[in-house]
Amino acid sequence: MATSFSATLPLHGSQENRLLLPPIRLAPPPSSFLGFTRSLTIPSSRRLYHAHAARRSPVVGVQEVVKEKKVTNSLLITKEEGLVLYEDMILGRSFEDMCAQMYYRGKMFGFVHLYNGQEAVSTGFIKLLTQSDSVVSTYRDHVHALSKGVSARAVMSELFGKVTGCCRGQGGSMHMFSKEHNMLGGFAFIGEGIPVATGAAFTSKYKREVLKQDCEDVTVAFFGDGTCNNGQFYECLNMAALYKLPIIFVVENNLWAIGMSHLRSTSDPEIWKKGPAFGMPGVHVDGMDVLKVREVAKEAVTRARRGEGPTLVECETYRFRGHSLADPDELRDAAEKAKYAARDPITALKKYLVENKLASEGELKTIEKKIDELVEEAVEFADASPQPGRSQLLENVFADPKGFGIGPDGRYRCEDPKFTQGTAQV
Amino acid sequence: REKMWGILRQRGIDGGGLSLRRTRSASVSARSYAAGSKEMTVRDALNSAIDEEMSADPKVFVMGEEVGQYQGAYKITKGLLEKYGPERVYDTPITEAGFTGIGVGAAYAGLKPVVEFMTFNFSMQAIDHIINSAAKSNYMSAGQINVPIVFRGPNGAAAGVGAQHSQCYAAWYASVPGLKVLAPYSAEDARGLLKAAIRDPDPVVFLENELLYGESFPISEEALDSSFCLPIGKAKIERQGKDVTIVTFSKMVGFALKAAEKLAEEGISAEVINLRSIRPLDRATINASVRKTSRLVTVEEGFPQHGVCAEICASVVEESFSYLDAPVERIAGADVPMPYAANLERLALPQVEDIVRAAKRACYRSK
Repeated sequence: MATSFSATLPLHGSQENRLLLPPIRLAPPPSSFLGFTRSLTIPSSRRLYHAHAARRSPVVGVQEVVKEKKVTNSLLITKEEGLVLYEDMILGRSFEDMCAQMYYRGKMFGFVHLYNGQEAVSTGFIKLLTQSDSVVSTYRDHVHALSKGVSARAVMSELFGKVTGCCRGQGGSMHMFSKEHNMLGGFAFIGEGIPVATGAAFTSKYKREVLKQDCEDVTVAFFGDGTCNNGQFYECLNMAALYKLPIIFVVENNLWAIGMSHLRSTSDPEIWKKGPAFGMPGVHVDGMDVLKVREVAKEAVTRARRGEGPTLVECETYRFRGHSLADPDELRDAAEKAKYAARDPITALKKYLVENKLASEGELKTIEKKIDELVEEAVEFADASPQPGRSQLLENVFADPKGFGIGPDGRYRCEDPKFTQGTAQV
Repeated sequence: REKMWGILRQRGIDGGGLSLRRTRSASVSARSYAAGSKEMTVRDALNSAIDEEMSADPKVFVMGEEVGQYQGAYKITKGLLEKYGPERVYDTPITEAGFTGIGVGAAYAGLKPVVEFMTFNFSMQAIDHIINSAAKSNYMSAGQINVPIVFRGPNGAAAGVGAQHSQCYAAWYASVPGLKVLAPYSAEDARGLLKAAIRDPDPVVFLENELLYGESFPISEEALDSSFCLPIGKAKIERQGKDVTIVTFSKMVGFALKAAEKLAEEGISAEVINLRSIRPLDRATINASVRKTSRLVTVEEGFPQHGVCAEICASVVEESFSYLDAPVERIAGADVPMPYAANLERLALPQVEDIVRAAKRACYRSK
């Protein structure tokens, strides 16, 4: 194990290209949790404390994943992957900027929470998932929906409250649902999505074990630093580890819950440490660097697919705008904002791609232009779409049309002899 | 040959009778079923309903505190762990918000959870999930994601369990669009409604009553059949009458029936309606009955303000005002948290005498 690193890391400052250690081997860990530390840890004074504390428990927290710069020619991503990541992040940024414009023009209303600055987390995780994997998010969910595959048109229409939106205008900014892309919401209550995500992961396991289906689906739950003080978070960490569910808990720690600083509201601000307390690995990663996030995500998703259980990943990130478009954002220090603006994930990826000759500036500009056009077209589409009809007000309250348990054929569903998969044996 | 004719005649009668009964069970009928010679407790009725639904559909699973090894806090899930194993009967930690949310998430993804609350008072720790992630999801997602989940458990007052264990939640849950709220009374109600709830594609809040668990009711052969279920949203007329309509649900149905007998001795014929379903409320049956009798008495155990009775009274006044011969009567629990002392608890809940008095008032026969 490398021991050359001895300086204590500042809590929220991690420089990008720190060449520190022997190469990190991302080999698959053996079946016990102990193997996990071998692949991803960097010893530090804090980690040593942790190793002592966790001596008895088989799980040790992992502190930091550093993007290594190997001398050999194997980079972390291929050109195609790089362009996909870049396009996704540009889509997220352009879309959110356009939302702000539309809001101030009065086309969007209510609560709108923008994701500027945090794109690396969404892209880093969601671009590794398949269509049948599930994502559960909070009210800051536009970019999660876009990364998961919901079209920009559908999201924009939903924000405008038009019938062509992904939820036909009935959900809104905070409730993006898409069954096709397994985007399970969009929840306004802090912490509400975490148990729902745990339930979706539970279904994965149930399908494998009870229904004997081939199911490798994982669920990724995104939530913020403020949520990590909420009871439901801990309840779910406990149960996910207890039942070994295929779920990844991703904390988007942007240091602020509206105007409440994370350091003012949390007794121990290091959220990744809370994972090992429940028996799962806790990882801290630089959330402004999409490649680092992607490496951690790969490991966590592979663990979950193999049936080894949950992972808690704390991504240190920052939101460039206020909590919502109604937030005057007066409490945050300008110096802090400037510091993180210098670590813009899109600029960082662009620099990486160009410096490592994975893409030319021209190619990246083409992508930016294409996305600009896509977002503008989405706005035009949303503008031109009609508002929902009056009859839509009373629709979809229940899955069955009249709420009396009557199926589409007019008979009571419960009397249909074919309603079950088997015969009842008493 | 005579023997043969005899046998054929016998078969003809039986065959005809059997087919008649089969079609009756398949029809939606609010008439009372034939009283069988069998009796069944509500507890056994619920247990058999969950058992049958679990064996019929492998996507149904049970989750809650003490449902497995302890055989159920009130023994409703007795024997299920042994029969279906720990992958389908989950003993959860004491985390209502967590496991209710997990149930809702599993329902989003296609399973059919039956989530037990030890009492519905504990559901307040999980009410965010029942209302915000279960009830509202089908609407918010415009029909993409439905939630076929059942939340069940004892509701209302028990015997001497104090204020924090005795609240009735029918009114709270029934005011939320997107939920179906059921409240069985007899064993037949319990079986039929629970089976219908588990098969239903929407979230159902199933309010049982602890004091009814041990009570035995006659149960018919149709009700014992494994495909038996009752329609959601239809009330049952437990007793026909022509002078006054008494509308109620759950344990109060028993009290209302006793009150009806007492009233019959005094020459008042009371019609007793067992709501069975609080949401959707069977306004048609209630109003039809009030139009027949012209007088209404509603009874519930819960707090009076904004209760189920308030909704029924408003509905009747709105729809059948010109048929009413007397002001609508509303009997509810006392407007206080439930006291502990046995005599005070008795005072805080409606009793048979209260129902009798109210019915007489409605019939202008009070002193």
